Amino acid sequence: MNRIGSTIRSRVLIQPRGAKKLELTGAEIVVKCLQDEGIEYIFGYPGGAALHIYDALYRQDAVKHILVRHEQGASHAADGFARATGKPGVVLVTSGPGITNAVTGIATAYMDSIPMVIISAQVPTHLIGDDAFQEVDAVGITRPCVKHNFLVKDVNDLAMTMKKAFFVAASGRPGPVLVDLPKDVTAQTAEYIYPRTVAMRSYAPVSRGHPKQIRKAVDMLMRADRPIIYTGGGVVLAEGQDALRDLVRMLHYPCTSTLMGLGAYPHDDPLFLGMLGMHGTYEANMAMHDCDVMLAVGARFDDRVTGELAKFSPYAKIVHIDVDPASIGKNVKVEIPIVGDARSVLEDFAKEVKSRHAEPDTDRTKAWWDQIEKWRAQDSLAYDRTSKIIKPQYVVEKLHEVTQGDAFVTSDVGQHQMFAAQFYGFGKPRRWINSGGLGTMGFGLPSAMGVQLAFPDDLVCCITGEASIMMCIQELSTCKQYDLPIKIINLNNRYMGMVRQWQEFFYDRRYSHSYMDALPDFVALAESFGHSGMRIEKPGDVEGALQEAFAMKDRLVFMDFITDQSENVYPMIAAGKGHNEMHLNPGSGEPIQERELA
Amino acid sequence: MRHIISILLENESGALSRVAGLFSARGYNIESLTVAPTEDSTLSRMTIVTAGSAEIIEQIIKQLNKLVDVVKLQELTDGAHIERELMLAKVKAKGEAREEIKRLVDIFRGRIIDVTDSTYTLELTGTVGKLDAFVKALEVTEIIEVVRSGVTGIARGVRALSL
Repeated sequence: MNRIGSTIRSRVLIQPRGAKKLELTGAEIVVKCLQDEGIEYIFGYPGGAALHIYDALYRQDAVKHILVRHEQGASHAADGFARATGKPGVVLVTSGPGITNAVTGIATAYMDSIPMVIISAQVPTHLIGDDAFQEVDAVGITRPCVKHNFLVKDVNDLAMTMKKAFFVAASGRPGPVLVDLPKDVTAQTAEYIYPRTVAMRSYAPVSRGHPKQIRKAVDMLMRADRPIIYTGGGVVLAEGQDALRDLVRMLHYPCTSTLMGLGAYPHDDPLFLGMLGMHGTYEANMAMHDCDVMLAVGARFDDRVTGELAKFSPYAKIVHIDVDPASIGKNVKVEIPIVGDARSVLEDFAKEVKSRHAEPDTDRTKAWWDQIEKWRAQDSLAYDRTSKIIKPQYVVEKLHEVTQGDAFVTSDVGQHQMFAAQFYGFGKPRRWINSGGLGTMGFGLPSAMGVQLAFPDDLVCCITGEASIMMCIQELSTCKQYDLPIKIINLNNRYMGMVRQWQEFFYDRRYSHSYMDALPDFVALAESFGHSGMRIEKPGDVEGALQEAFAMKDRLVFMDFITDQSENVYPMIAAGKGHNEMHLNPGSGEPIQERELA
Repeated sequence: MRHIISILLENESGALSRVAGLFSARGYNIESLTVAPTEDSTLSRMTIVTAGSAEIIEQIIKQLNKLVDVVKLQELTDGAHIERELMLAKVKAKGEAREEIKRLVDIFRGRIIDVTDSTYTLELTGTVGKLDAFVKALEVTEIIEVVRSGVTGIARGVRALSL
C-alpha cells in the first residue's frame, strides 16, 4: 500500500544540473514552484500531455501526489483541502478529458471563492488549434468559472506565471486559477528563479476598509432599534471569526449566518439566531425581514438567502462589507458600502465601537430581543422525535453529540446538506465543508479526502445521501490507497430527497425520476473497496453505530442509515416568497401573525 | 441610457474574450466594441458602447474592473468627450448618380477613395448620428456594402485614460 509520508525514493528535492545557474525543464520548474510555494499535496490524474510533469514528480518526494479515480474527485479534494486549511488546493490534470472532468470542481470552487491552482497539461504548442488528440481549449472552457487563467507558451515565463497564479488565487476574493501548460513547454529548459513577490499593475485587491465609511456605519449601527448582523462565507475566508464574535458581543446584537458562513459564530451562543434563507430558522428570517439596520459581512445576498428581492428586508438600511466591490449593490441597494477584508473591517468596527466607550444599549433593543425570543419559541426546527423510523435530523443531532461538535463535516447537496447545516451545530470555522453556490452533488466524499489529508488525526465525516454519494463513489478506491479513515454517513431515503420534496410541494406529488430503482448494497459495496460497512435501520441503534464506527480509527466506515422517506426540510421559503412567508413544519405550532412596522 | 466605456487592458491573447465573455455571460448589452494596441505595445485600448440603467452600468464597470487583464477604465459619457466612428461604403455609381453621390460626399465631408466605372467606394468619419444620416441620404443610389468600425472616443480637455 502506497502510504502517504513513506519515503519511496531518496531524491528529495530537484537539484540543479549546472554548476551555478539552476537550469530546469518546464516540468521540473512546475514541480519546483510547488515545492517553493510549500505545497504538500496535489491531487491529480496522469495522461499523455502531462507525462513530463509526472516524470518530474517521480524524481522527488517533497510534493506528494494523490492519485484520484476521476478528475472531478481531484478538484473537489483540492477544494476540501483549501476550505479546511485556508491554503490553496492544487490540481494536476492532463489535456482534453482530464481538464473537462475537472471543470465541475473548478466551478464549485469558483462559486464559493475557494483558492485553488489547477495545472492542466495541453497538447504541444504547434498542435494547438489542430483538433489534436485530447485537445480542448482549456483556457476557453474554464474562463467563466475561474478567477483568472493563463496559457504558458514560453518556458521562460513559467515560474512567474506560477507565482502569479498562487498570488491571484489566494488574495482578495479568493478563487481558482488555471495554468494551461503545453507539453513542449514542459520539455524545454530555462533558468529557474522563483520570484519572491509579484506585482501586477492590473490587480490590486483592497484590504482595509475606508475609515470614514466605517465611522458612518458605526453611527448607523448604534442608533438601530432592530439591528441584525448577517454574515457569510467571507468571514470564514478572511479568518474574521474572533473579530466577529467581539463585535457581536460588544453590541449585543442578534447574528445570523448564511450556509457558507456557519461556524464563524458559535452556534450555541444566545446571540446567534441560526442559519437564514430558504431553509433558515424562523427567528433568523423574521429578524431579517423586520430589521431596521442590517450589517452584512462577507455575504453576497444570494437568491437562496434573500428570497423574493422585492420583499427583502423592507425596513432595512444596509451596511455591506465585502472584499469584492462587484458584490456590493449587485442584488440589493446598500446605504453604506465598505470594500475591504472582512477581518480587517470587523476589527476596525470593534475599535470604533470601543472608542465611543458605549455600553450596549440593551434598553433600546429590548423590545426587539423580546420579539426575537417569541420567534425563537416557535422552535422551527422541531421534528418528530418519537418516530420508529430513523429521522435524518436525529442522525445529525446524534452525530453532534457523539463528536462533541468538533468533527470536520463535509456534505453533498440536497436534504441531507440542509439537515447537516441545521442540526450539526458548528462551533468553529472551516469545519463545515459544502458546495453552497454551485450545489454540486458528488462533492462530499472527495472533499473529505482533502480534509482528511490536511488533518490526518481529526475526525472527518461526510454526510451524504444515496443519490449524491453515487456521483463520486469511485473515490472509495482512492480512500483505500491512501488509508483515509473518513466516516461516511449516508442518509439513505431511497429518493433524491430535495427533488422529491419540491415535487411533493409544487408538482402535485408527481415524483418524476427522483428515485432509483436499482441501488447498490452499500455495505457490500464499501467492503468490496476494502472498507467497513454498516447498515442501521432503527433509531435506537444510531448512537451505538456512530460510536462503533468512530472507534475504528484506522479505517473508512460507510454507515448506511435507512431514513424516513417522507421527511421534508423545514422551514422553507418557496420561490417568489419573502422571509416572512415561510412554510413551517406541519408538526410545529402556528406561525406568528405578521405585524405592521413603522 | 447609452454609455461609452474606455478600457486599457493587457495586450494579451484572450483578454478580448474575457471582456466579451463577461458581457454575454451576464446578459449585458454591447452596441459596439472596438479594440487595438496603443502606443505602449503592452496595452490595448478598447471602447465599448453599452446601454442600461445606472445600476447595470455600475455593475458592468465593477465587473470589468474585476477582470485581471483590465488595467484601468473610464466612463467617457461621464464628462465631455469626443466620439468618432469610421464608415466605408461601396455604392452603385452610374449615370447621373455619379455626380449626386459626389455632392453628397462633399456635404458630409467624406471622401471617395476608390472608383470603377460602375461603383464608388466612400469613406466617412463622424458620430453615429452623422453616419446614420449619411446612410439614409445614400438612398439616392443602391448600397452594395457598408462597414462601420464601431465607436472610439476620447475625453475632452485634460481628462485622460492613461497609466
